Amino acid sequence: MTQTALRDEPRTQAPPERRVATVSGVERLGAYRLITALDASGPADPRPGQFYMLATEEGWGGGADERPYLPRAFSYARARPTAGGVELDFLLESVGPGTARLAALEPGEGLALVGPLGVGFRPPRAGARPVVVGGGIGVAPLLCLEQALSERSTLLLGFRTAAHARAAALFAGEPALATDDGSVGRRGLVTDLLRERLAAGPDAAVYACGPPAMLESVRALCAERGVPGQLALESGMACGFGACFGCVVPTRDGFVRLCLDGPVLDANRLDAAWIEGAAH
Amino acid sequence: LTVELCGVHLGGPVLNGSGTFDAIAARRAFGDALLERFPFHAFVSKTITVEPRQGNPPPRLWETPAGLINSIGLPNKGLRGFLASDLPQLAELPVPLVVSVMGFSRDELATLVARVGNRDEVAMIELNVSCPNVETGLVMGADPAETARAVERVRALTAKPLIVKLTPNADDPAAVAAAAEGAGAAAVSLVNTLKGMALHPITREPWLGGVTGGLSGPAVRAIALEQVRSVARRVAIPVVGMGGIATGRHAADFMSAGAACVAVGTESFRDPAAGRRVAAELAALGRGRRSRATHEVRSLSPSG
Repeated sequence: MTQTALRDEPRTQAPPERRVATVSGVERLGAYRLITALDASGPADPRPGQFYMLATEEGWGGGADERPYLPRAFSYARARPTAGGVELDFLLESVGPGTARLAALEPGEGLALVGPLGVGFRPPRAGARPVVVGGGIGVAPLLCLEQALSERSTLLLGFRTAAHARAAALFAGEPALATDDGSVGRRGLVTDLLRERLAAGPDAAVYACGPPAMLESVRALCAERGVPGQLALESGMACGFGACFGCVVPTRDGFVRLCLDGPVLDANRLDAAWIEGAAH
Repeated sequence: LTVELCGVHLGGPVLNGSGTFDAIAARRAFGDALLERFPFHAFVSKTITVEPRQGNPPPRLWETPAGLINSIGLPNKGLRGFLASDLPQLAELPVPLVVSVMGFSRDELATLVARVGNRDEVAMIELNVSCPNVETGLVMGADPAETARAVERVRALTAKPLIVKLTPNADDPAAVAAAAEGAGAAAVSLVNTLKGMALHPITREPWLGGVTGGLSGPAVRAIALEQVRSVARRVAIPVVGMGGIATGRHAADFMSAGAACVAVGTESFRDPAAGRRVAAELAALGRGRRSRATHEVRSLSPSG
């Protein structure tokens, strides 16, 4: 890749070491936790779609099966520069020993982090109308994206249940909702909403983050309609900065490290085969 | 705390394990601050092969108690790609460069050593012998005679020091080390990862796309320490010790066991500056050794 291309990528570089931020707020939000930490020495301008590797300063390890050991990758949900540093919001759900420990954080505790990492979302081409599609915990990076987009965006969000859909209240705009059980919004998939939106007009620029099956549907819809899409993918990561080569995703140009060339990838770099390793 | 390794002057004793730090990727993530605060005293490249490799299909990682199994499969640009695009960038690092190479035959290994060995940017070459020889089916580094033949084949092709990276998946790593020494290796490094696997919790099939992988991290440290000690007692050439080193005290343990230098690997995944921290802790430990002894014995013992 040329240096010119690298300069253009939406990436704020991270300090080359782990540092400790201080948890300043913990909010229960239905099925999720919203953790706020004051990062006194990190950059104040992470780009929407970038992520941080997170671990607790104390008590990381010794959970189920003596885990966690590795830090966990999380997109930041919002960043607010303050006099004492940047306040970072992370949306998380307890699904294993690492996320359980993070979800148990209390104000005053230390949050060890490396970041911001990866490449974030690019602005839409002139005249395109942003269509922002989120599924579950994948709504996190779309919160700061919504703030950063100058165009008013269409928000389409999908959740399992009403408890998960509480996260929709974090958006400034008014999202159209779908839930698996129909307890809030439309019963069905968020990609049903996207299909209808794309049928209404070809001027869309799609931004999406969510589980692999959802992103694959979004990718296929973008391809079918000839609409540009940017997908924020997720993968298990050991390091987050290109060292371990563990987070690769198959693209049309071969495997790419999601932590380095992603997590946001143009949808047209992927074909349907990408999901085979991701759906594990 | 400067050291000399195979005649190469280093600012300290902490290297990285091959394949655990990509300095080119890290410079993209961290910018020039990485060079100003570079975490290692010498940089060991990811292993290169003659032909480009995509590596193994995902998933490639599995977290274990205090460790990690990886099944990466040596993705790299191949010799030509490395020389053309990676080597010029690695030459900008502020520390000596060690290039790790792997051949699937002795001829391939010879090609790699000859082509890498005549580049001024390269201080040393590490031979990754943890792969099957396609001619014999034997893992080169698991067998003393295979290892000796590989080193003998390439020894005269370069004036650069050759480090043989030993695999712990051998009956007698010290015998392999002695064979490498006898064939002209300037140093040995160990341990590589320990072979391991994990099963998918629902399908009961192997989790990793490559089926098996290599275990690293604190989980392997006690095994690595024993192997480093047994190798260091057997050979006169320097030993680079690694395996789960995460603190200065761990590094001091490996050096007390006979290592001339140490390498930090998996701990860098948790903190990109781990090498720098380990070096600082190691230096501080040297200064305060006596006053710490009593409470440290107590706290580290099973009764602590």
